[in-house]
Amino acid sequence: MSEPVKAKKSAATSAAPAPKTPAPRTPAIDKAKSEAALPVLGPKDMLRWAWTQLTSMRTALFLLLLLAVAAVPGSLFPQRPANPSIVTQYIKDNPDYGKILDALQLYDVYSSAWFSAIYILLFVSLIGCVTPRAIAHYKAMRSQPPRTPKRLSRLPEYGTLVLPADAGIPASRAITDAAGLLKRRGYRVEVRDADGAMPNLGAERGFLKEVGNLVFHTSLIGVLVSVAAGGLFGYSGQRILVEGDTFVNTLVGYDQFTPGTNFQSSWLQPYSVQLDKFEVKFDRESPNKFGQPIDFTADVTTKDTPDAPARKQVLKVNEPVSLGGTSIYLTGNGYAPVVTVRDGSGNIAMQGPVVAKLQGDNYYSSVVIKVPDAKPEQLGFAGFFLPTAFVTEQGISFSGDPELINPQMSLNSYYGDLGLDKGVPQNVFELDVKDLKQLNGRDLEAGGITLAPGMTYTLPEGKGTISFDGVKRYVGVDIHHNPGQLYALIFGLLAVAGLVLSLYLNRRRVWVRTGTHDDGRTMVEYGLLARGEDHRLAGEAAALRELFSREWQIADQADAPTVSSSTSKDN
Amino acid sequence: MPVINETLGQYSELFMLLAAATYTVAFIAFAWDLAKSSKTLQAVDLKAAAAAAGAKVAVAAGRLGGPDAGGSDAGGPAGRAERPTSGLTVEGGTAAGDMKYAAERRVPARVAVALTVLGVAIHGAGVLTRALGAGRVPWGNMYEFLTTGAFVAVAVFLLALIRRDLRFLGTFVLGLAVIMLVAAAVAYWTPVGHLVPALQSYWLVIHVSIAVLASALFTLTFAMSALQLVQSYRQRTLAAGGADKLGFMRLVPNALSLENLSYRINTVAFVGWTFTLMFGAIWAEKAWGRFWGWDTKEVWTFVIWVVYAGYLHARATRGWTGTRAAWLSIVGYLCVIFNFTIVNQFFNGLHSYSGL
Ligand code: HEM
Repeated sequence: MSEPVKAKKSAATSAAPAPKTPAPRTPAIDKAKSEAALPVLGPKDMLRWAWTQLTSMRTALFLLLLLAVAAVPGSLFPQRPANPSIVTQYIKDNPDYGKILDALQLYDVYSSAWFSAIYILLFVSLIGCVTPRAIAHYKAMRSQPPRTPKRLSRLPEYGTLVLPADAGIPASRAITDAAGLLKRRGYRVEVRDADGAMPNLGAERGFLKEVGNLVFHTSLIGVLVSVAAGGLFGYSGQRILVEGDTFVNTLVGYDQFTPGTNFQSSWLQPYSVQLDKFEVKFDRESPNKFGQPIDFTADVTTKDTPDAPARKQVLKVNEPVSLGGTSIYLTGNGYAPVVTVRDGSGNIAMQGPVVAKLQGDNYYSSVVIKVPDAKPEQLGFAGFFLPTAFVTEQGISFSGDPELINPQMSLNSYYGDLGLDKGVPQNVFELDVKDLKQLNGRDLEAGGITLAPGMTYTLPEGKGTISFDGVKRYVGVDIHHNPGQLYALIFGLLAVAGLVLSLYLNRRRVWVRTGTHDDGRTMVEYGLLARGEDHRLAGEAAALRELFSREWQIADQADAPTVSSSTSKDN
Repeated sequence: MPVINETLGQYSELFMLLAAATYTVAFIAFAWDLAKSSKTLQAVDLKAAAAAAGAKVAVAAGRLGGPDAGGSDAGGPAGRAERPTSGLTVEGGTAAGDMKYAAERRVPARVAVALTVLGVAIHGAGVLTRALGAGRVPWGNMYEFLTTGAFVAVAVFLLALIRRDLRFLGTFVLGLAVIMLVAAAVAYWTPVGHLVPALQSYWLVIHVSIAVLASALFTLTFAMSALQLVQSYRQRTLAAGGADKLGFMRLVPNALSLENLSYRINTVAFVGWTFTLMFGAIWAEKAWGRFWGWDTKEVWTFVIWVVYAGYLHARATRGWTGTRAAWLSIVGYLCVIFNFTIVNQFFNGLHSYSGL
């Protein structure tokens, strides 16, 4: 990348800036095209040629644009990592092309072979680009500013100053003065031929610009590596906690656990979190958002280790709790009706809160109760929980408010073999009624079960009773451990710092030459050159002129030639 | 939880309407300025042509000829933008490349700017009363993104006017502001209300304000890049001796100056967008427990970032400066628009806060 780019740049920055209008640009394009043609070469040269191509600026640009395009499908199709069930449904709903999209990895865009290929190539290109550039820049930083051009007047910024003979400043002193001044202004300066006939100096500043560019690009690699490391060594898990429940950070404590490839469960620190109370505030002001939740607050008691002192903490949305290298997030909530089920022999077969899964507006939730301990036959219930029950004239029940104003549970009941003893994992939120016999239901003689808190219902055929004892709230928490994220942040910040340096610093060179006129006056001429785009070069030239004039206490010589571009000789 | 003040909310809507009306008048004034000034400039040109027949062609040809043309490639890569000019507005059929204010007065343009200042003051009152009415920052749903975004766009435009004569962008910026305000009132109207818990975070203040600011800057550069394409087409036609069919473009600087200034604004906007992306990631970590999850909104923020990174690269790649870079800047802005409109409303994701 570097050579042709630099060549273009210095051509553009030296005396004759090539106008960027399209017409004169065509030869350059033609040349680029001919360069891109494949020459006939041996295998080694071929490899070198391929490497040069891969690390060229044009390839980087192409790969960047390709990356942008390749990222788009991930927003058009459902993605497996975020939503596996929606993907399955999508494939079912679109039998004609759903499978083809799957084969093209369009449901796993960001881990797909083609997306990975693009960014890996991009980063290989980046390394191949940054390394030689860094070496070149290291050398440039250690070498002296380039020698003074013969004709400074050819530089884009040029000016002269004349020190009168009676000022008593000889050429040699003028050059050391100028050198000191430029050094104070942050230039690296080399004075040459200080006591000769034509003392001159070369100065350069803005090395940090290139450093910034290198830091920026290198940090991008750092971000990528950090993200990958987080995926390998981190984990995430979920757990539902009813008020009063305690979660202990061990594998069995999780409802769901997704470890990174290299994660060891022995890394889990056995802290505990108890949910003391969970409160929700609902919007009672805005007419169009009436009843929407506007605040969730979970009071928790935590212990870093089983023997550590207990601490009271507050868990909210946007305010995770950090414990044992993990962060705990509030991600869901709902109601958990507390029930007691007695079996046919009158023994308590099940007692406690049942997590109701949100289904619709105002916490309209589904309830599934499985009672495997009931004897002689296992019992199962399925139905709905409504915090504020309403029934339409058609007999459809709905929830009129999210708060517990008129809580009600409507259930059907079943008995038989729940199938839990076979060892096949089951969804706790679904009751498979295939092998069960129904006891209660709207269509049955016995009707459905409708319970308000405090009520008990006796099941038909002496199968037992069910009581609705009260309602608690529950929360869903996500627990994450990502060892890469701190590093990703650090590299991200480094990248921004590098970017700012690279975009807003200017790399400039200044040359000054002094001489003594026959009549004793000291003549000073100076020229400035920018490397790369620098719209403030003229400003810098003016500032330097001002400083020189002050240093030598001369009134600004308005009629002396100061030239702020290539226009001088021609006008 | 702050208390909702609906009276203030209604005042806010009234202010928004008044601002839209004022902007409409300002828009007309800017358009009038374009039409009128282009006529005046044409008259100047004709006089000059009469004085020295063929002079115009010579200048136009000279500007393409290289360094000796003098003056016309101000702001080239070597950084000539600051070069003093003679105060002449016309350079071979385009306005001064340095975009400094010229000596001559353009009455319609002054009226337009004055009206814009008035409009932005009313608009500011509208945004402020909205914020006070809801007791929070006024950017929590589509209605508020639009009204506040339009305010920022116009304010940034006016601030830019202090340093540069960008009045030729006036019709575009004000036209856009009017469209945004009308769309907000018609399609996205939402009464003042509370934020959903997921948005209750100081990151909303940081992340969204920077995103809006960066988008406002991208809006300016989009307009400049579009004009750059038209101007470079026109310059080519003129250089080839063709007739000037796009007279109103006389008021617009030459393509190279447009490219250079829009590049500089784009660098600022790009840094802003980089922050938007990073702060968004930090916030996502706080709210959802992961800093990057390729949610639809995250995808598009990333796409925009990469497109503008491509634009910056293009500016350093041979054969990709000029027109091609301008196209990239335009594509980037189209992605910004797409991200705001289509993605917010029709794509499902965690970021479903459009308030609809
Ligand atoms: C991961 C993908 C990349 C991204 C996001 C990216 C982004 C950027 C950005 C934003 C800039 C402008 C700011 C600056 O000058 O520092 C830039 C400049 C630059 N990039 Fe990249 N870049 C990437 C890959 C590459 C690659 C692969 C190469 C080499 C082939 C490269 C070479 C350069 C060079 C030489 C510049 C300086 C241009 C100038 O002098 O103005 N970049 N890059």
